[in-house]
Amino acid sequence: MKTRVLLLVTAACCSARPQPAEAQVSYERILDAASEPESWLTYSGTYGAQRYSTLDQIDRDNVDRLQADWIYQARSLQKFEVSPLVADGVMYITEAPSDATALDLRTGRPLWSYRRPIPPDIVTCCGQVNRGVALLGDQVFLGTVDAHLVALDASTGRVNWDIEVAEHTEGYAITVAPLALKDMIIVGISGGEYGIRGFLDAYDARTGERRWRFWTVPGPGEPGHDTWSGDSWERGGAPTWVTGAYDPELDLLYWGTGNPGPDFIGEVREGDNLYSESLLALDPDTGELKWHFQFIPHDVHDYDSTQIPVLLDAEFEGEPRKLVVFPNRNGFYYVLDRATGEFLVGKQFARQTWALGLDGNGRPIEDPESVPDLDGALVYPDDDGAANWYSPTFSPQTNLIYQNVREKGATYFLADATYEPGRIYMGASRRAVPGEDPRGFLRALNALTGDLVWEIEVFSPPWAGLMSTAGGLVFSGTMEGDFFAADAYTGDVLWRFQTGGAIYANPITYISEGRQFIAIAAGSALFNFALPK
Amino acid sequence: MIRWLLLVGLCFQSLPAVVAAQSAEMEQGKRLFESQCGSCHGPLGNGGRGANLAQPQLRRATDDQALRNIIRRGIPGTEMPSSFLTPTQVSSIAGYVKTLGRVQSEAVPGNAIRGQATYASLDCVACHTLGGEGGILGPILDDIGARRSAAHLRQALIEPEASVPSGFLQLRVVTNDGRTLTGVRVNEDGFSVQFRDFAGELHSFWKDEIDSLDKQWQRSPMVSYEAILTAGQTDDLVAYLVSLKGS
Repeated sequence: MKTRVLLLVTAACCSARPQPAEAQVSYERILDAASEPESWLTYSGTYGAQRYSTLDQIDRDNVDRLQADWIYQARSLQKFEVSPLVADGVMYITEAPSDATALDLRTGRPLWSYRRPIPPDIVTCCGQVNRGVALLGDQVFLGTVDAHLVALDASTGRVNWDIEVAEHTEGYAITVAPLALKDMIIVGISGGEYGIRGFLDAYDARTGERRWRFWTVPGPGEPGHDTWSGDSWERGGAPTWVTGAYDPELDLLYWGTGNPGPDFIGEVREGDNLYSESLLALDPDTGELKWHFQFIPHDVHDYDSTQIPVLLDAEFEGEPRKLVVFPNRNGFYYVLDRATGEFLVGKQFARQTWALGLDGNGRPIEDPESVPDLDGALVYPDDDGAANWYSPTFSPQTNLIYQNVREKGATYFLADATYEPGRIYMGASRRAVPGEDPRGFLRALNALTGDLVWEIEVFSPPWAGLMSTAGGLVFSGTMEGDFFAADAYTGDVLWRFQTGGAIYANPITYISEGRQFIAIAAGSALFNFALPK
Repeated sequence: MIRWLLLVGLCFQSLPAVVAAQSAEMEQGKRLFESQCGSCHGPLGNGGRGANLAQPQLRRATDDQALRNIIRRGIPGTEMPSSFLTPTQVSSIAGYVKTLGRVQSEAVPGNAIRGQATYASLDCVACHTLGGEGGILGPILDDIGARRSAAHLRQALIEPEASVPSGFLQLRVVTNDGRTLTGVRVNEDGFSVQFRDFAGELHSFWKDEIDSLDKQWQRSPMVSYEAILTAGQTDDLVAYLVSLKGS
C-alpha cells in the first residue's frame, strides 16, 4: 500500500515537473514573463519593472490565512537583499557577499551552492551585499563584490566563465542583480563613494565577451564632458547599481545613475556633472545613448537616482502615452515620456528641504541653505533618501504606484576629500538630528499625478521593496521584521507576520505544485508563505 | 660630513612642517569631534548622553586601534553609531580624543560617602538597579559615572525631563476599551507596542487595540529633586554617582 502511494506521488511529480534544476529560460520567455506568472524570471518580474503579478489565488478575502510553508537560512549575517528568481521548479537566490544557491521549490532544500572566496581588500559603502541573479538559457549570472561577472551552469552551479568587470581595488564592486536581455547580460557597477568613473556594461551571455560599455561620466570629446570642470570626470562617480527596465517595442533600455563624486563637495566638479543622477535610455544593441533626463544636476546630497524605472502605458492629458515613472530618492515623483524623455510631472511625495521646487522642465531649484558647509547644513531627506534601491510597485488594477518612504534628516559638515584609489571620497560627515524620531511610510500615489491616495505608517524608515498582485494586495516589510499584506485599494492591513529580522529585500510570488507562494528575505532567512493545503 | 650636515639641515627644516601638519590634523580632529561626537559626548568630550572621554584610560578603547574601530564601527547594542568617516578622519578624531585624557578632570564638589547615604534615603531603587538591587524602569547605575558627566547627572537630578535617556520613552496609551495607561516603552513596531507601567507590569498591545498612543518625548517618570534635596545633598549625590565606574 505504502509503495503504491509512493509510486503514484513520484509519477505525479515527474509528469508535472519534467526538468528539475534544468532551467531553460529563453529570452522569449522573459519577454513574455507576464503570461507566465507562476515563474519569476527577471529581477522586477517583467521587463516593465512593475513588480506586479497577475496571480490571484491569494486575495483580500483569504490572505489572513497565509502561513509560512518553508524557510531557508542563509549562511551570512550580512543584510539579505536578495530578490529571488523562480523557473522550472527551482528558486535561484544570492547570499552575501557573492554566493548563489539553487533551492528545490517543493522542499526548500538546496540543490547546489556557489561559494565565492572574496579578497580581504573589498570596499563597499553599505555592506557586502547582493540583490540577485539573472537567468538566461541554461545559465545563472552573478555579479560579485570583487567586481566580477560570473556565469554558472544552472543545473550544477559550476562556473562556465568568470570575467573581471572592473578593478575592485579602485573601489568598484557589483551588488546589482544583472539583467538578461536578448543574448546579453547587462550589469552595472557600485562605487560612487570611492571616486570611481561609472559605466554600464553588456556582455555576451555565452562567452563573457564585452559587447559595449557606456561611460556614465563622458570622457574627453564625448557629449557631456564639458559638464565637469578640470579632470574631475576621472573620479566622477555616477554608478549604476540598481537593475533597470526594458521596452521591447521602443527597443530602449532604461537605467538610473547614482551620485557624482565626491558626494558632497560641488566646487571641485563645477557643472551639471552629466550623466550622474539621471535616467538613461540606451540602445541595448550598441549602448548608444538615445535620451537622458537628469533629475539633479550637480548633486551635493548623495541622493543617487538609482531607483527602479517603472514602465506603464496610460492616457495622459487625453493622449495615450508610453510613460516611465520614477519615485526618486530625492523626494520627488517623476513621470516622463519614455520614448523621448520629456518631463511631464514632478511631485513631492516625501519630506524634503533640499529643493524649493522644480521648474517647468523638471530641473530642481536648489535651496542654498541645504548645501553642506563647515558649520553643518540640515537637510531632508538624509543621504539614505526618501526612497532607495528597494522596489516600488505599480498595480494596473488600481492604477496606483506604491512606494516605501523614509522621512529622516541629517546635518552635513563639509570635510576634506582627497582621492586615493579604493578610499572613501565623499567630502562630508553626517550627524543625525538629535532627538528626531525618524518616520517610515508605505504610500500609495496616483501614478499619473503623484498625489497621495493612502498611506500606512510603519515605524522606522523602511528598506523593504514592494510587490502588488491581482489579488488586490500589496506586500511590504519593515525594519522591525513585520512582513504584511495591505489592501491595494484602501491601505487596510489584512495580514502580518513577525519574521524576527529586519527586511532589506523585495517580495516575489510564484506557483509551486498549484499553490501560490509569496517569498521575502528577512533577517538572514528566506520565508516562503502560502495558504494552508 | 657634508651629507650629515645636509641631513641635519633637512631635519631642522622639516620640523616646523611636521609640527604644522600635526597641528592641522589636531585642528581637524577637534572640528570633527565637535560636529560628530560633541552632541552626545559634550563639546569638551567630558560626557553628556555619551561617555566621558576626558579620561586617561577609556574603558572600551584600551588602545589606539580599538579607539579607531569604535569611531568607525560604533558599539553594537549602545547608542554609539557607526560612521562614514574616512580613515584619515577617524585617525584625526582618535588623536584628538586621546588629548582629552590630558585635560584636568572636572572638579566634583560633594562627598561621595555622604552621597551614598543620600541615595539610600531616597526611593531611587524603586526604578534604578545598583549592585543587583532595585527596579527596572530607569537606567542601571552600576557604571553611570563612566557613562555620564557630573554636569549631566546634576541636570538629570534637577531637570530630569531635559534629557531623557534613549530607551526610556514615556508613553500614554488609551485603549479601545477606555483605559488610560502610562509607562516606559520597552519596544514598538508598526503594528504593536510593549511598555511597562510604573508598577512594573508589562503591557503588550496590537495597535488596533489602542485608541491613542502619545509619545511623551519630554516627559520622565523621574521627579525633580531640586526642591527635595539641599544644594549640598545634590553635590554629595552627584559625587556618589560619579564614583560609580562599574567593574
